[in-house]
Amino acid sequence: MQHNNFYTFRFIAIIAFVASLLLALASTQLKELQEFNVELDKKKNILKCIGKDVALMSADAIIKEYKSNIRNIILNSNGDIAANIASENLESVQNKSTGQLNYFIDNVEYLPAYKSSNPEAFIIPISGKGLWSTLYGYFALENDLNTVMGITFYKHGETPGLGGEVEKKWFKENFVGKKIFDQTGELVSIKVVKGKVNDVYSGEALNHGVDGISGATITSRGVSDFLKRDLLRYGKYIKNNRTN
Amino acid sequence: MDKKSKNIISDPMVDNNPITKQVLGICSALAITVKMEQAVVMSLALAFVLVCSNVIISLLRKGIPGKIRIIVQLIVIASLVILADQILKAYLYDISKQLSVFVALIITNCIIMGRAEAFAMQNNYKDAMYDGLGNAIGYGSVLIIVATFRELLGSGTLFNYSIMPASIYLENGGWYVNNGLMLLAPGAFIILGLIIWVQRTYTHYIED
Repeated sequence: MQHNNFYTFRFIAIIAFVASLLLALASTQLKELQEFNVELDKKKNILKCIGKDVALMSADAIIKEYKSNIRNIILNSNGDIAANIASENLESVQNKSTGQLNYFIDNVEYLPAYKSSNPEAFIIPISGKGLWSTLYGYFALENDLNTVMGITFYKHGETPGLGGEVEKKWFKENFVGKKIFDQTGELVSIKVVKGKVNDVYSGEALNHGVDGISGATITSRGVSDFLKRDLLRYGKYIKNNRTN
Repeated sequence: MDKKSKNIISDPMVDNNPITKQVLGICSALAITVKMEQAVVMSLALAFVLVCSNVIISLLRKGIPGKIRIIVQLIVIASLVILADQILKAYLYDISKQLSVFVALIITNCIIMGRAEAFAMQNNYKDAMYDGLGNAIGYGSVLIIVATFRELLGSGTLFNYSIMPASIYLENGGWYVNNGLMLLAPGAFIILGLIIWVQRTYTHYIED
């Protein structure tokens, strides 16, 4: 069918207007629910990494548990708690090449973390590059600030079944009970080895390694790297307060 | 429902299946068939977009200027896809996280553009709806068949429930290891190829 140019322009303008109106409407209507989901997912993962089973918990139960158990703490660059800083005011800046998240207020860097009271734990956010994507998660230390309580990943784009195994139970359970400090007191973090840790390490070193993911060497290496990098950023606080 | 409508629905399920016969929409069939759950949600999202876009474009077909018909189709399809993505993010957050970018990529699924251009532009909205439904079922059923094999052989589960008995696995003293190939795109290619082979043997269809 032939139409003149005026008709064509009018038609496309109307279509574009109606479509954008509908999408804007949907976006504003659903925004609250979506943001709630993202926040809930983070809370769920913080609880998960201190060993709580959240799979069957309702949203309300998760929020309640989180409120009664977890509190934010903000550390300054000396590793001391900055009590007068509110976590809502932190501005996050991501390093595009490493995936590291840094938080600033007025160009001064702060380190957000979480403390849990039952069980007592210190939790830090971790993030960094795997193979395809940036992985985001949490890493929890027991009260001695040396023994690993747990690790979770709440967002990543790795291949399911390969790099995506980072979110599987077997991989996360690997970390529980490992130590981030070696006998000389150096922060060595936990290394994801290639293959089984029992084949690669022996003796004391077994405390600082976990089984790798077969077929996902780059993701495994990425997790080792950014875990250590993020732990070192919190190193001052951890060293000053560790009891073991 | 009269015979013609029935035919419009059933034709794309087997004889004219968008994936196995026309070999359209392969990318998503490879990408999100690792797990059943994802395949089902993806099929539903595609069904929503396909049926709605077919109906809307069919209703607009007499007014759409020929010169810009592809652009108009794209606007309709893209809007519906964004809407589906937003709804998933609001109500099925965990699954939408797993589907990640693939819901947004429904925009580029050739089945939807293909049906809009080939069918909805020429037929009334009822037939267009049936056509969308039939193609969505044809697409979804192939996705689900492929996902069944891939999840079962690749992870030993279906809908995340363990199907393979734990005792047969190598780490528990058995002999079985999950097939890692099934988790990668080549695994989907192989299964898809086998499905097409079986179907063409059965229907005696030969490519010209």
